[in-house]
Amino acid sequence: MTALDFSTTIGNAWFPAPTFTASGCASSGRELAQFFPLREMGGVVTKSVMSKSRSGRPTPRMAETPSGMLNSIGLQGPGIDAFLAKDVPYLVEQKARIIVSIAGETVEEYSTLARKLRSVSGISAIEVNISCPNVENRGLVFACDPEASRRVIDGVRRTIGGELPIIAKLSPDVTDLVSIAKGVVEAGADGLALINTVLGMVINVETMRPHLGGKTGGLSGPAIRPIAVRAVYQVHAVLPQIPILGMGGIASGKDALEMILAGASGVAIGTASFGNPTAIMSIQNELKQLLTDRGFTSLKEAVGFAHRPSERE
Amino acid sequence: MMQINKSAKQLLAPIVSNKRVGQYHQIIINIGDVAATCKPGNFVAISVGGDSSRMILRRAFAISRVSTSPTVGGTMELIVAAHGQGSKWLCAQGEGVVLDLVVPLGTSFGIPTEPVPVLLVGGGYGSAPLFGLAELLNSRGCRVDMLLGASTASKIYAPMEGKRAVNSMRIYTEDGSMGTAGRVTDPIAEIIKDLNVAVIYSCGPMPMLAAITKIADQFDVVHQCAVEESMACGVGICMTCVLPVANEDGSISNLRSCIDGPVMDGSRVQWSKVGQQL
Repeated sequence: MTALDFSTTIGNAWFPAPTFTASGCASSGRELAQFFPLREMGGVVTKSVMSKSRSGRPTPRMAETPSGMLNSIGLQGPGIDAFLAKDVPYLVEQKARIIVSIAGETVEEYSTLARKLRSVSGISAIEVNISCPNVENRGLVFACDPEASRRVIDGVRRTIGGELPIIAKLSPDVTDLVSIAKGVVEAGADGLALINTVLGMVINVETMRPHLGGKTGGLSGPAIRPIAVRAVYQVHAVLPQIPILGMGGIASGKDALEMILAGASGVAIGTASFGNPTAIMSIQNELKQLLTDRGFTSLKEAVGFAHRPSERE
Repeated sequence: MMQINKSAKQLLAPIVSNKRVGQYHQIIINIGDVAATCKPGNFVAISVGGDSSRMILRRAFAISRVSTSPTVGGTMELIVAAHGQGSKWLCAQGEGVVLDLVVPLGTSFGIPTEPVPVLLVGGGYGSAPLFGLAELLNSRGCRVDMLLGASTASKIYAPMEGKRAVNSMRIYTEDGSMGTAGRVTDPIAEIIKDLNVAVIYSCGPMPMLAAITKIADQFDVVHQCAVEESMACGVGICMTCVLPVANEDGSISNLRSCIDGPVMDGSRVQWSKVGQQL
């Protein structure tokens, strides 16, 4: 039996495995590194970083919901300078492959952040998070507006296009995801990250007020997996040549395989790591086995397999 | 600032016993050699609900004490109140059930280098981790006095053997159903003066910790408190369990109570800003 080619590519970036941390669910890797070597997974997608340090939203920031959770962190982070000084060198030292996720309040902030990443070595790709739901002004969720999405990606492309692959992270909370995906690809995105959390809310029936400090939060976990599978499937159908990093409730190798069959070239694991710090390692091992069991000799053969007509037809 | 507990391990560990003690459950879990790396103040994150559960997040519990016996090996004790879905599930698990744990997590109580008088203050079942701490402080020659408080008698956790390591133990209930009627914070100022207390250790609800901080600051006494914030992961990656804490330069940062806590310097926690936008 030939060994399975488990590698994947996003733009010109090559990864030995298709498994990644989901942005915002692994900080900058240090915390998971005590449970497994970071270089053993495809790559670390770091928590979305902004120009300045940010303390995020008030507590409570979390509510567990059936098969999921709401979070309302609000992009707490050290700011790009501290991130580049401390976190990137650490990840490089761990021999982890790095996808840096950036978030901005304006189109210009994204370009500025991208410019700061230009001269940094050791970064494989850049994720442009235009879909964080935990910002004060919903108008700032660029990914809900096709024109704003395009402008952000266009600005980043002008800064680092051709040097680092650009992955646009999109929100499922839109009427027509496919047209937004097409727009950012036209503007220069080399790949897509689907999906960010789904905007949700919990009201505490004792206090009779919203439970989260930020009132609304992003829903993640197995509860949103069917939404993510649908999003990946729909976008892959129209943009089959664009690599997709699929995420949303993946908790097992089977879940990861489902996402790949829908059209994802890689999968990111977020909430599952909260429940189990070694989830990424088990998912990776299970996925390898499932692909082999089904007779695939490479991961790439399985990408989008669900779009093929059934052999019985 | 960041201090990851490098001893943390993920393991499968069987329940040795699960007994009801008043309002609480005393659960003993066999964690083998890992017991040796657990310090007073550390906590454990436990996967709850079994395979078909809708509960996807671990639950964090303070470790009340660890011990090593030649027959059972290393064990840890948890005192659990069956409040929510996760703790109810855990309290319903019997001997032999194997749990998925990540342990030990978080910071631990600092132990004075000199044998100084110390005061331990516990609210409700928050008193549980203080008994293991009392034994350690006592073995280092510290004079240990303890105050326990709760709204009512049934919520006081005070095991008989817990008294061995302490010089005195006073109980306060708000309804007067046990000990003195009043709040556990009422006598603290006096005790500090009488006994020349050098360090206060506390564990319990946040308003209690905030009230102790005020008194401790007034007398310039070190106050190490174990905080409790709701956590999704317990290992530092979810950023949900943050508390506003003053940095050396006076600025305030949201620090994770799972990594920079649960044991924190009370005087640096900005109690009035908890739940506020920084």
